[in-house]
Amino acid sequence: MNSLIAPNAIECHPASRPDFMPLEELRALQLKRLQAVVSRAFQHVELFRSRLNERGLSPRDIGCIEDIAQLPFTLKSDLRDTYPFGLFASSMKDVVRLHASSGTTGKPIVVAYTQEDIDVWTSVVGRCLAGCGLHRGDIVQNAYGYGLFTGGLGAHYGAEALGATVIPTSGGNADRQIMLMKDFGVTAICCTPTYFLHLIDRAAEMGVDLKELPLRVGVFGAEPWTESMRRHIEEQSSIEAFDIYGLSEIIGPGVGCECPSHDGLHIFEDHFYPEIVDPETGEPLPDGSEGELVLTTLSKEAMPMIRYRTRDITMILPGTCACGRTLRRIQRIGRRSDDMLIIRGVNVFPSQVETALLQIEGTLPHYQIILTREHGLDQMEVQVEVTPLMFNDKIGAMQGLHEKLQAALDHVLGIRVQVALVEARTIERSQGKAKRVIDRRTS
Amino acid sequence: MKIQQISLFAENKPGHIAAPARLLASHQIDIRALYLADTQQYGILRMIVSDWRKASTLLEAEGFVVKVTEVIAVEVPDHPGGLADLLAALDGTGINIEYMYAFPEVREDKAILIFRFADPDAAIARLLSTGINPLASAELLKE
Repeated sequence: MNSLIAPNAIECHPASRPDFMPLEELRALQLKRLQAVVSRAFQHVELFRSRLNERGLSPRDIGCIEDIAQLPFTLKSDLRDTYPFGLFASSMKDVVRLHASSGTTGKPIVVAYTQEDIDVWTSVVGRCLAGCGLHRGDIVQNAYGYGLFTGGLGAHYGAEALGATVIPTSGGNADRQIMLMKDFGVTAICCTPTYFLHLIDRAAEMGVDLKELPLRVGVFGAEPWTESMRRHIEEQSSIEAFDIYGLSEIIGPGVGCECPSHDGLHIFEDHFYPEIVDPETGEPLPDGSEGELVLTTLSKEAMPMIRYRTRDITMILPGTCACGRTLRRIQRIGRRSDDMLIIRGVNVFPSQVETALLQIEGTLPHYQIILTREHGLDQMEVQVEVTPLMFNDKIGAMQGLHEKLQAALDHVLGIRVQVALVEARTIERSQGKAKRVIDRRTS
Repeated sequence: MKIQQISLFAENKPGHIAAPARLLASHQIDIRALYLADTQQYGILRMIVSDWRKASTLLEAEGFVVKVTEVIAVEVPDHPGGLADLLAALDGTGINIEYMYAFPEVREDKAILIFRFADPDAAIARLLSTGINPLASAELLKE
């Protein structure tokens, strides 16, 4: 599925110009901005200053971009420990926006923006969408949640800055989403990939053929998704699906995005400096090695993040992209280091379950992993919803399907799991991020 | 002579058959024949109803996964040998029965057999050639 837009996005939108900055210029800009942001954090953020002091470092020690490796990491727990405003580097009178993400336990994580930060955010999301082939005249349905979550407003501002028409539907109410998509002639949608899968199902039930609609581009993010999922989405809806990456702690959506080459996600390195480290030791790893993505905000004012541990596992792809962007690319994020489940001593990632289920031809069912502990032993059950495509009135055919699913899961995971076929619509649908794992093990 | 049967996927849990039954009842749809094929974990509920189109639309709208398949119904005398005589007609023809179920018509002293054949057309031709007339939909539904 090829985009009709020329790969050289400079012609599409002036916002994309920094994507093609000569490398030497880009590195010089990064160094200049790194020095400035480290000074700013040192001056205004108590936690950062004390950590540099402990190491006997000062902002003046940053002489080249590689010196970044000397700086201490920032962890998600630092945001929690300093809740709510402890990591702000701006006074409140300069902060124009606060967002908060759902912490898994207790207090949320708070992030702040100055007007300049909002402008940078708008520009990077605009560059993402321009890279996805969107421009003035596109009608963008934004089904990311609006509110404390950064997804909705982030995508909204970026799309408006491109000159596109934005329909701020936010999440939920699939029937209305589909009605508006059809009635307004929507050409692009932004949402989580699992929500779009839900819309595909619902459209079919409503008798709406997405392939007949003007919809041509989907910009999907906020959770990891796979190549098989992309194929399924593109086949079912005749759109081109792009992966967008971001996290609230850094800015929100717009840290990186795919271009029409669909060969990794370009990181907007003029604002966010990427490194890959060994998730165990924290040692920097060379391009092409898989590890944890660490990001530094090079231009953020209100809340600079220096070497933030994202917990996302990926690699920086070596070589240059066919699209001509000089920005380095990360591989699509398949898993997070904290997504990992340990079942009877074996490491299991939810994305592996998806891979196994997708191997069974014609099925991209809704699924959920249920973990329990019986007599001290972990049990993993994968519940799979029976779709019309999978269902057969012959018991033998259903048992055959059950066995095929069982075999595929055993093979991919390397451990024995229970497969349960469940009735359609019994697994809770995602309005935002999918809840794939229910862990009922008590330690 | 082919009759539309609707099948539903149902988990083996209390109440999982009641919901579709209640739905059909509330729309005055009569269940003429019903058979539950089950495993430990789940079952397949097969039904012949007075209005299969309406029934499958209603069930799908409620989120049930529904499959419509063609089956053949044959009436036999309800006495020993009624079934054996009929099966004898199919013997040696290579016509494969995927599954079958039966229900009695007590007042008429007859039984009705429902067959799912791999090749329904071949089965109908064979039955007709031995003088057995599969029931038409209207006869089965007593319309």
